[in-house]
Amino acid sequence: MLKAFRSSKGLQLFSLISPGALWIILFFNIPLLIVLFISFVERGRAGGIQLPPVYTLENYRQLFNACASEFSGPNCDPFLYLGIFGHSVRIGLVVTFWCIVLGYPLSYFISRQRPIWRDALMILVIIPFWTNFLVRTYALKQVLATEGLLNSFLMGLHVISQPLDLLFNEFAVIVGLIYGYFPFAVLPMYASIEKFDHSLMEAASDLGAPPWRAFLRIMLPMTLPGVIAALVLVLVPVVGAFITPDIMGGGKIEMIGTLINRQFGVSRNWPFGSSMSLVLMLLVLVGVIAYFRSSSEETRRAM
Amino acid sequence: MAEFAVEMQDVVKQFVTPEGGILSAVNHVTMQIRDGEFFSLLGPSGCGKTTSLRMIAGFELPTGGKIFIHGKEMSQVPAFQRPVNTVFQQYALFPHMTVEQNIGFGLEMKGVSRAERSSRVSEALEMVRLPGMEMRRPKQLSGGQQQRIALARALINKPEVLLLDEPLGALDLKLRKEMQLELKTLQREVGITFIYVTHDQEEALTMSDRIAVMSKGVVLQIGEPQEIYERPASRYVADFIGETNFLDGVVKGQNGSNVEVDLEGTGVVCVESNRSFNNGQQVFIAVRPEKLRLNSEVKDGNNLKARVEDVIYIGTDTHYGVRFSGGQKVRVREQNIVYGHHEIVQVGDEVTISFAHASPRILTE
Repeated sequence: MLKAFRSSKGLQLFSLISPGALWIILFFNIPLLIVLFISFVERGRAGGIQLPPVYTLENYRQLFNACASEFSGPNCDPFLYLGIFGHSVRIGLVVTFWCIVLGYPLSYFISRQRPIWRDALMILVIIPFWTNFLVRTYALKQVLATEGLLNSFLMGLHVISQPLDLLFNEFAVIVGLIYGYFPFAVLPMYASIEKFDHSLMEAASDLGAPPWRAFLRIMLPMTLPGVIAALVLVLVPVVGAFITPDIMGGGKIEMIGTLINRQFGVSRNWPFGSSMSLVLMLLVLVGVIAYFRSSSEETRRAM
Repeated sequence: MAEFAVEMQDVVKQFVTPEGGILSAVNHVTMQIRDGEFFSLLGPSGCGKTTSLRMIAGFELPTGGKIFIHGKEMSQVPAFQRPVNTVFQQYALFPHMTVEQNIGFGLEMKGVSRAERSSRVSEALEMVRLPGMEMRRPKQLSGGQQQRIALARALINKPEVLLLDEPLGALDLKLRKEMQLELKTLQREVGITFIYVTHDQEEALTMSDRIAVMSKGVVLQIGEPQEIYERPASRYVADFIGETNFLDGVVKGQNGSNVEVDLEGTGVVCVESNRSFNNGQQVFIAVRPEKLRLNSEVKDGNNLKARVEDVIYIGTDTHYGVRFSGGQKVRVREQNIVYGHHEIVQVGDEVTISFAHASPRILTE
């Protein structure tokens, strides 16, 4: 037995990765299979699923045609759910765009400081992580509220006479998501920019490149892995976000995340929630695979 | 004024140190670099040679003074608008580009067409003797090859002045010697003014038409290699360039160009100098080890008794450490022309140290 173990490289390797593999199988793969199963059965009368299970494709059909549901009225929009998908992706792209556009200069600025300042500033970026996400989002809500910090401040300065409607709209959701996911954009971009050799910018300048051309031809391509990592790290969770749209949108802004969340909550439609979860996952997977196939070896390693 | 490729007028560069103090990296430097010459800035690290070069390149702007390139004032002009190119110490090749893209970068910025770029890159690669390397990446090249690519990338732009910041520093000794000769040949061929920063005095002597010796942000002496070596202006220059023996003494008298110097306790020597000294003036004489003769008296020269303290055989030469009766110790270098030469004189022997009147320099600072 021991001899067989010693002589088999495969067995040895397997035993080394088995704790990790077990963990993944137990806590990721099995739950995923359960979700997959639920998405193909009929819902139960009082939530959960019908037992014994009745297999159906209805949950997927409903997603692509909202009017397929037994509860749909005469004015139903068949693309209701697909619209929410599209809307979520759009919000995700806007949030990611701002996270990168704001995060890149910040990362650059931090990377150019003396080491002691660099560490201090990075800690300031990371500190919000030490507070609960929910608490942070509620705090931001207080800032943007009608009687909140920002409105009182602006009114105190007589910049505005009426409080601005900053809460419970798409703007609030986007601000909340940018605020929540900003560190995910800064960390990978900082890692890339910090490694960047700035003498290359001098070399480019020496060869006649004005600053912006040097940036586009040298610095941006060389730090692109960090930007792509930021894109993936922000876009994926933001598209599926549900807490922030719920709190900052006041229930008025529907995203896939909130929709799925509701299926497992008040709507008590687990199978439909499951099918949406899987479609969302597939969407992300296709995106990531497309990116991986087009990206270079270097970019992949930076991930 | 335009006959100078580069002219620095009273240039000052100050940096604020992390502690909040002010550091003058370059302190009132004035020099004129002639068109087409190979000019070296030589000095130990921190002497201001690299800062001077970076100011000519435009990476640093001077705190005071003016810099002219071919007569045009460039003091505050940004680097990308200056007619100079730089070869960096660590090459600074763009790792995400091919060799062709690297070398063609300057032309690309000038808007030269792709076709012309491609043919000029091939020519540049021929010039640095690396033809056919267009599609390689910098990482796939050896240090010496990267060095040549960096050179080609700079020279393809036909700069008015080429700046080289210790470009051979990262190469091993043998390759460095080869590249020294190659650089010198290349410079003669292209006829471009080279300004070369180095801390290696031998490198500077080998390659340069003229050398500026710098220390602590100040230029100590500018001259041709043999002038710097044979006629150092100060103790610092004499000490930094090659090996030198220093002997303290007092001027006893001067007869035209012949100065009599009393070397406390060792005797009086006669040294030629075109400067005039006062009697009783404290001076020191600087004399190179290879200009001292051991047990072979020089007619009309100085002959002093000394005792051998150490003998070091180093192959081409033998080095002797000898002490005069006054207590001063000097080093003597004798070529090993005959086999067994180094065994003739041994530690403890009484010897005569001789040198011609013109060999040493009398220095006051």
